[in-house]
Amino acid sequence: MKRWLPYPLLTAALVAMWLLLTESVALGSLLMGGVLATVAVWGFAALDPPGGRLKRPRAAVALAALVMGDVARSNLAVVKIILNPRKTERVSGFLHIPLDMRAPYGLATLACIITATPGTIWVEYNSANNTILLHILDLVDESTWIDTIKGRYEKRLMEIFE
Amino acid sequence: MTHLADLPVWAAIPVALLLLLGASLALIGSIGFVRLRSFYERVHAPTLGTTMGIGSVLLASMLCFTVLQSRLVLHEILIAVFMIVTTPITLMLLARAALYRDRSEGSDDVPAAPPVQTGAPSAQDTAPPV
Repeated sequence: MKRWLPYPLLTAALVAMWLLLTESVALGSLLMGGVLATVAVWGFAALDPPGGRLKRPRAAVALAALVMGDVARSNLAVVKIILNPRKTERVSGFLHIPLDMRAPYGLATLACIITATPGTIWVEYNSANNTILLHILDLVDESTWIDTIKGRYEKRLMEIFE
Repeated sequence: MTHLADLPVWAAIPVALLLLLGASLALIGSIGFVRLRSFYERVHAPTLGTTMGIGSVLLASMLCFTVLQSRLVLHEILIAVFMIVTTPITLMLLARAALYRDRSEGSDDVPAAPPVQTGAPSAQDTAPPV
């Protein structure tokens, strides 16, 4: 079983993707999706990806909802910054943040969250001292940003992936 | 697109508002390209269009075609997933390329390279498995 179906969750997600693409749940598309997903997952396993798995799917759903709310709020914040007619003393700049998380999928997810949120972008990861470098559009208070990234996202990601 | 006249008013109004919101966010993001000062600031601008902008347009599309075809149209979710997974990679690539160039030019505006350089590609270069 392990040999034929190394990543059951990924296989299920690929089948779901195929069903959405073909917009049918007929037996034919289910079979086709199943075959394609199985072969694709063999290809993924051949890449020898790093280990690690989703330990708390429910926490992941909660995190996704949280991130969606944050993305909407940062959208409005960045709109305000762009449309602000006066070039005020807004400071943008780089910020180093030390991390405690080492899980590779957790780091990848954190990178996606930070970069997808308007106003922050992930620039660099230093694996030697586990520090990330961000660029932040509205760098009012460095400690607030560090608290946000570490307390709001990293803590939850560590629960999910570590 | 010929059946749009069949769309009832209760659906047409939210669809129009969502489309307007998405288009405005994409426009404001593009204005940001002109107004923001440095490359690193400008990288932030297009994320408006790629997050809530595309999200609103996809919601409008789902609502419109679900009502018109009287069944759920969900493959917009796929577009959203693909956007979420691919745009951060593009943006990170651009930001890192700019940082690399600025460092090799010895610019003072960017933080110096970390003292311990690891040659191996690190975790942030890897897309999460989908």
